[in-house]
Amino acid sequence: MAAVGAAATHLDVVRGKRAALFFAAVAILLGLPLWWKTTETYRAPLPYSQISALNALQLRLMVPVTVVFTRDSIPLDDQEKLPFTVVHEREIPLKYKMKIKCRFQKAYRRALDHEEEALSSGSVHEAEAMLAELKEQAEGSLTVYVISEYSSLLPQDMMSYIGPERTAVVRGIMHREAFNIIGRRIIQIAQAMSLTEDVLAAALADHLPEDKWSSDKRRPLKSSLGYEITFSLLNPDPKSHDVHWDIEGAVQHYVWPFLNALSAAGNFSVDSQVYNIDPKAYNASELPVRVEVDMVQVMEVFLAQLRLLFGIAQPQVPPKCLLSGPKNEGLMTWELDQLLWARSVENLATATTTLTSLAQLLGKISNIVIKDDVASEVYRAVAAVQKAAEELASGHLSSAFVASQEAVTSSERAFFDPSLLHLLYFPDDQKFAIYIPLFLPMAVPILLSLVKIFLEMHKSWRKPEKID
Amino acid sequence: MAAPCFFSRLWRAALALLALGSLAASQIEDQAKQFFRSGHTNNWAVLVCTSRFWFNYRHVANTLSVYRSVKRLGIPDSHIVLMLADDMACNARNPKPATVFSHKNMELNVYGDDVEVDYRSYEVTVENFLRVLTGRIPPSTPRSKRLLSDDRSNILIYMTGHGGNGFLKFQDSEEITNIELADAFEQMWQKRRYNELLFIIDTCQGASMYERFYSPNIMALASSQVGEDSLSHQPDPAIGVHLMDRYTFYVLEFLEEINPASQTNMNDLFQVCPKSLCVSTPGHRTDLFQRDPKHVLITDFFGSVRKVEITTETLSLQRDSQITESSYKEDRMDEELMEPLKYAEQLPVAQIIHQKPKLKDWHPPGGFILGLWALIIMVFFKTYGIKHMKFIF
Repeated sequence: MAAVGAAATHLDVVRGKRAALFFAAVAILLGLPLWWKTTETYRAPLPYSQISALNALQLRLMVPVTVVFTRDSIPLDDQEKLPFTVVHEREIPLKYKMKIKCRFQKAYRRALDHEEEALSSGSVHEAEAMLAELKEQAEGSLTVYVISEYSSLLPQDMMSYIGPERTAVVRGIMHREAFNIIGRRIIQIAQAMSLTEDVLAAALADHLPEDKWSSDKRRPLKSSLGYEITFSLLNPDPKSHDVHWDIEGAVQHYVWPFLNALSAAGNFSVDSQVYNIDPKAYNASELPVRVEVDMVQVMEVFLAQLRLLFGIAQPQVPPKCLLSGPKNEGLMTWELDQLLWARSVENLATATTTLTSLAQLLGKISNIVIKDDVASEVYRAVAAVQKAAEELASGHLSSAFVASQEAVTSSERAFFDPSLLHLLYFPDDQKFAIYIPLFLPMAVPILLSLVKIFLEMHKSWRKPEKID
Repeated sequence: MAAPCFFSRLWRAALALLALGSLAASQIEDQAKQFFRSGHTNNWAVLVCTSRFWFNYRHVANTLSVYRSVKRLGIPDSHIVLMLADDMACNARNPKPATVFSHKNMELNVYGDDVEVDYRSYEVTVENFLRVLTGRIPPSTPRSKRLLSDDRSNILIYMTGHGGNGFLKFQDSEEITNIELADAFEQMWQKRRYNELLFIIDTCQGASMYERFYSPNIMALASSQVGEDSLSHQPDPAIGVHLMDRYTFYVLEFLEEINPASQTNMNDLFQVCPKSLCVSTPGHRTDLFQRDPKHVLITDFFGSVRKVEITTETLSLQRDSQITESSYKEDRMDEELMEPLKYAEQLPVAQIIHQKPKLKDWHPPGGFILGLWALIIMVFFKTYGIKHMKFIF
């Protein structure tokens, strides 16, 4: 009886041991990985290496310049060398992590017949009018015409002329080193019309560690997809002044041409309002004197201020250079190009900073969930930055600007996605407080039984040794 | 004879030198002030009250006092994000509906007529607060609920409620930790959503909330140190609750003296509410801030001083023949041309409202009190009978 009972309990004990081991195995092999997997945050993969490579990006801004030589501008043997291309590249010294190189690709060629004819007319404005009819120039490119040293197209003391469209005129020279001398003059003109160090420094003003209190650097508006402009008329005394302003006509005639000239840089909307500051005293008697506001004078001031707000600086012309009068829109075409260059560089700097901050943030706070659409925006932003850099290097300004805008939009959308809010910070004691009541009641019996099994096994190993 | 003359000459020379020295020093100091002026162009304020229930009236009053000061000094409602976790003004237990008082005897109503609460009642959550700070707001949020600051904004963040060591309680159901707050500020810094930040907190153990900040350009003030409680100021017997917390009460009194042209600096704000008045020890943290606090004006954060630039260049436009030319010029334009171009201070600063709480005139007790006393006396005489009156008179 006792032996059977003993055998039965021995069986039970063995069964019990096996059961405990099984529980432990399931808990450790199945439970632990399951718990780990279900509590990890979903993080879609991001191109961290590409983002850090963006910081070391080398921006090459290429300005394609076409240089057209008329018959008497240079010595004959030099003329025979045409056409050929000269490249002038210079690094802009800015204290910024991205290296920026300016590349002027000058394509020299002989003038065609109609160009010779145009450039021998009486004044430079007529010449421009004749030349402008023929072709539309791409954004960012320039054409420089080289005329004879003694030509009467320009006033005698002027060596060069910068026109309102993307053209300029330079005097040639009959000299052995004609190409070098003329080349330097052309570079000066081309820099004034496209990229100078100041233009780029102003574009990157927020990213450079300079002193930030200069008002010139603080004044321009940041690059944005669109702008809303509101003209407000303040009338502090409607009792005695009945003010009329033809704002619609003025906006139509003066403001919209200016904004249309700037349309490549963004969308614009204009509205206007009138503030009567003393509303309760507004009654129609003969006291209100009718006042007509001279909108032309007003718009002259506003357009000049709009130029300042958009960061269109006064051009730095080289010495002895005649600058053409401003167009009626108030904006020269190459000033728009300057704005687009500056904005493209600014957009690329902003997009790079945003992506780098996002990568740093996600690396530091490991609890943030990265959804798939956030990841796709990041990929799109990185691709757009790379595309913009390529387009800038090949001289296509308008597509580069569009790509840079896309880069900024995508990077901002990724950074400000509402799903990135990290609310998952748990201090350690809270984590213990959550897990201990769940896991301890289950883990303690398993652990204790494992310990008991192990001790018994240890004892049974020892026993045979003792007997022997 | 010679000695006194010599000494008097020496004395005069010393005085002259001292005067010169101080003049030079003040000029240098002016230049230094110019150099250290803040680079901000706009101001924002985020004011948060995190407690609900009637007995936490004082937290709403705290927040509304700061709101009031900030509006008075020029920050418009469009630049203020006001989060109140409960509605005290229209609470059923409020004996004076549509008011929130900060001084006893109902001297100062901080609710006013034009308060704009952006996040109200159950919308005040940790998630919404962090969304406002970091800008990760769902696209359907209206503009008034967004913090649209940029890298030239100075932001004032004021929080009040019940707090502990390292956390602040929201709505009696959740809490925000100091680490989350520090991370939120770091995210703001990464995206350059502020130029400088002033963080003020009036809770128990408030200093623990700014211990973990690590982003630059943040200055923090708290009403009490770790291990101390912030105490409330005064109860009002008519309303029946404590009206304000001590620290914010004295900050409000300090701010009432400020007008948009004041030159008072942050060091004065640090001295507000010493231990004798506040019982707790207010603390502050300036190590992350780049400028010296004595060069930081109170109005850099509490006011909204707009910078105006006058330009002198104009374009020349061709007159369009279609627009009728008007010969009648406005008189004001001529006046402007004659005066030298400068932005005069157009606010009548000297007449800025000095809203000291005014003492209410004494009124005889109201009908209710009279009625109550009449009832008591009637019961007394009914109980004891008129004949006992002779013992009184």
